[in-house]
Amino acid sequence: MTYLRFASTAPPEVRRRPLRVRPQGPPPRVPEPPGGDDWGDHHGDEDAFRPPLSNACLGMLVFLGAETMFFAGLIGTFLVFRVASEAWPPPAMPRLPVGVTGLNTLVLLASAYTMWQAQQAARRGLLRRLLHGLGLTALLGVTFLLVQGYEWMRLLGFGLTLASGVYGATFYTLIGCHALHVCGAVLWLLGVTLRAWRGRMALPSTGLTLCGMYWYYVVGLWPVLYTLVYLA
Amino acid sequence: MSEAGAAVHAEHEREGFVRHYIFSKDHKMIGRQFLFAGLVMLIVGGLLAMMIRWQLGWPETPLPITGLFSEEFWDGDSWLAQTLPYGTITSEFYNALFSMHATIMIFFVVVPIMVGAFGNFLVPIMIGARDMAFPTLNMLSFWTAVPAYILILLSFFVPGGAAAAGWTSYSPLAAVPDYLGVAGPWGVNLWCISLIILGFSSLMGSINYITTIVNMRAPGMTWFRLPLIVWAIFIVSILLLLAFPVLTAALGMLLFDRLFGTHFFLPEGGGDPLLWQHLFWFFGHPEVYILVLPAMGVTSEILPVFARKPIFGYRAMVYSMIAIAFLSWIVWGHHMFQSGMDPALGTAFTLTTMIIAVPSAIKTFNWLGTLWGGSIRFPTPMLFALGFVFLFTIGGLSGIFMASTPVDIFIHDTYYIVAHIHYVVAGIIFGIFAAIYYWFPKMFGRMLNETLGKIHFFLTFVFFNLTFFPMHFLGVGGHMRRIYNPLHYEFLEPLQGINVFISVMALCLGASQLFFLANFLWSLFFGRRASENPWQANTLEWTAPSPPPHGNFLTAPVVYRGPYEYSSPEVAEDWLPQTRRVEVASAGGHG
Repeated sequence: MTYLRFASTAPPEVRRRPLRVRPQGPPPRVPEPPGGDDWGDHHGDEDAFRPPLSNACLGMLVFLGAETMFFAGLIGTFLVFRVASEAWPPPAMPRLPVGVTGLNTLVLLASAYTMWQAQQAARRGLLRRLLHGLGLTALLGVTFLLVQGYEWMRLLGFGLTLASGVYGATFYTLIGCHALHVCGAVLWLLGVTLRAWRGRMALPSTGLTLCGMYWYYVVGLWPVLYTLVYLA
Repeated sequence: MSEAGAAVHAEHEREGFVRHYIFSKDHKMIGRQFLFAGLVMLIVGGLLAMMIRWQLGWPETPLPITGLFSEEFWDGDSWLAQTLPYGTITSEFYNALFSMHATIMIFFVVVPIMVGAFGNFLVPIMIGARDMAFPTLNMLSFWTAVPAYILILLSFFVPGGAAAAGWTSYSPLAAVPDYLGVAGPWGVNLWCISLIILGFSSLMGSINYITTIVNMRAPGMTWFRLPLIVWAIFIVSILLLLAFPVLTAALGMLLFDRLFGTHFFLPEGGGDPLLWQHLFWFFGHPEVYILVLPAMGVTSEILPVFARKPIFGYRAMVYSMIAIAFLSWIVWGHHMFQSGMDPALGTAFTLTTMIIAVPSAIKTFNWLGTLWGGSIRFPTPMLFALGFVFLFTIGGLSGIFMASTPVDIFIHDTYYIVAHIHYVVAGIIFGIFAAIYYWFPKMFGRMLNETLGKIHFFLTFVFFNLTFFPMHFLGVGGHMRRIYNPLHYEFLEPLQGINVFISVMALCLGASQLFFLANFLWSLFFGRRASENPWQANTLEWTAPSPPPHGNFLTAPVVYRGPYEYSSPEVAEDWLPQTRRVEVASAGGHG
């Protein structure tokens, strides 16, 4: 386990964990009882039975499954109203800012790329690049939120509120839930960045991996919502 | 073992009271916490049911508490005097009673005990792990549930009383605060908030169970060597994980409708009341199987132990559970045949619902096959497990009647439905009792009293059937569910005799539970000390000390066989623990 320091010059070698996969198929009828402290659980690298996905990554994937169902409920609601309505947006309701939000979509997509770059840097142990990537990602996330917030203020000014029928209600709950998720992801990312900046991040960092998974999820969800709510 | 026991006690003392009993990260302590929380709520939910039966048997007669207080008290403005004027159940309070009875029993009793208590206690120890994958998340899961418990109980005391829109909270009744005709909107609001919080707790639990079962099985514990209760908890976790967020979304929208003037479920703003029903039952029907699958798992654990035979069709049991889990996503429409649905769609839902009866029947027949030719013993856990099979069969069969649309049009919203849900869901309480009687020695290190247990079983079984079976007759007679006073309807007057009978039996059923309460509390402190393996069972938890220490096992278990190898020809005894290695080349094994 290495701790990153500013002073250290970047070692060029790539840290790779040896790929150890749980033996497939049923164990032999008389298996060799593995010796020593062997539990296949969460306490360290000495396991012979390392599962293909670590506990943390699996737990995160499972959590994202639940998130997907949560958004599926909201998207389903939106589609029910969208498909049933004759005119969408309903007459006399403000139109959504398709162009600005389109540019904003690009901003969010770019943040996924910078996140990926940061993770690459972490894999190679390049602290400056890692911090650079994380900071840029957070900046792009905040930009996205600010533009969204500004557009919301304008829409509220045009009279589109939660109470303006299902058009307003679905817009604010669906897009608002996503914005809340971006908010949470940015806060988490800032936490991770701070830890890396203080040189407290051990590599390979589970926290960074999980934060990255969550970030990709939140970014990946947005084009779907943009297409459904703004374009369709 | 005594040395180890002493070491264990020393460790516990080092841990300190708060760390050990309150903010514990030990899966077994968290399981016990969920068990106690669930049992307290079982008492609350049961008392609500008693009040419902009082009102239906003897409508608008004061409860026998009027005499306890003076005239001035009843004229005063205390909470009790306002809610139950002179001991009489008002129609508003009656609505709250049945809404909260169902909510508490489903969300705060059955799921926490089955998934929270037994899932937590059993999953790591039965797969041979020291603890859950995320012990801190596990602790957080319990302590997130606690505010939900407190809020749902507090909701009785807010102005207007607890949620009174039924446990299904159909809109627009639930979506507009004024429609309930009570003094304040906070009953339903707190109901929503409480369930949203509970959703977070269950999410953390599901993540933990799934990760633990996938990643932390002991060496040799392959998927098809898992005990069936672990399979059940695994499948239930997936259902909870995917179903509860949909309910959370729906509850959020309902809360928005009530608080912020949205119109998701209100037609005047373009919303759709049917959408609530779809979202609710899309969650609600998987929820039914979330409730019943663990009870099925418990039964599958207990029957082989006391029949001294391998479970009949292990793989069929697993595959039927998986099939039930898949099908449970596409049957929700059968709750809505009367809500206005395309008849073609109704037929599709009829069909899927009938198909889901097939895997359920496979399970029932496999239980019978397990019993066939076994040397059956009848201690209390076995009696309750058999009771569950009996009740589930009746409840399952009445479900097939409701599945067909034409029949359902007649019996929809009658006591036939009430009879069905109680045969299934209250039948699950038999599974809970079976689990408590069976694992109590492992959880608390002491045996429950057998005599009291048998008295408890026979009284409960008899009064249960006398309470709920006549409800089928009421339903076919046209008795609507959720009505305040049956005597308001002329055509129900001839049925009032049945109502009185049911109420008397229900009160007896409630009173029978005192045997359990006494037995539980007494045995907790003074019961006979349990040995390591009092039932001579095979699964891993019985190789650990009773109660198991933090970390569960004294030596790491290695698994050599499936969990149900009873009466195996390979050994002299009639049980063969999963950890036991037999040198003879074996031709045995099963399913």
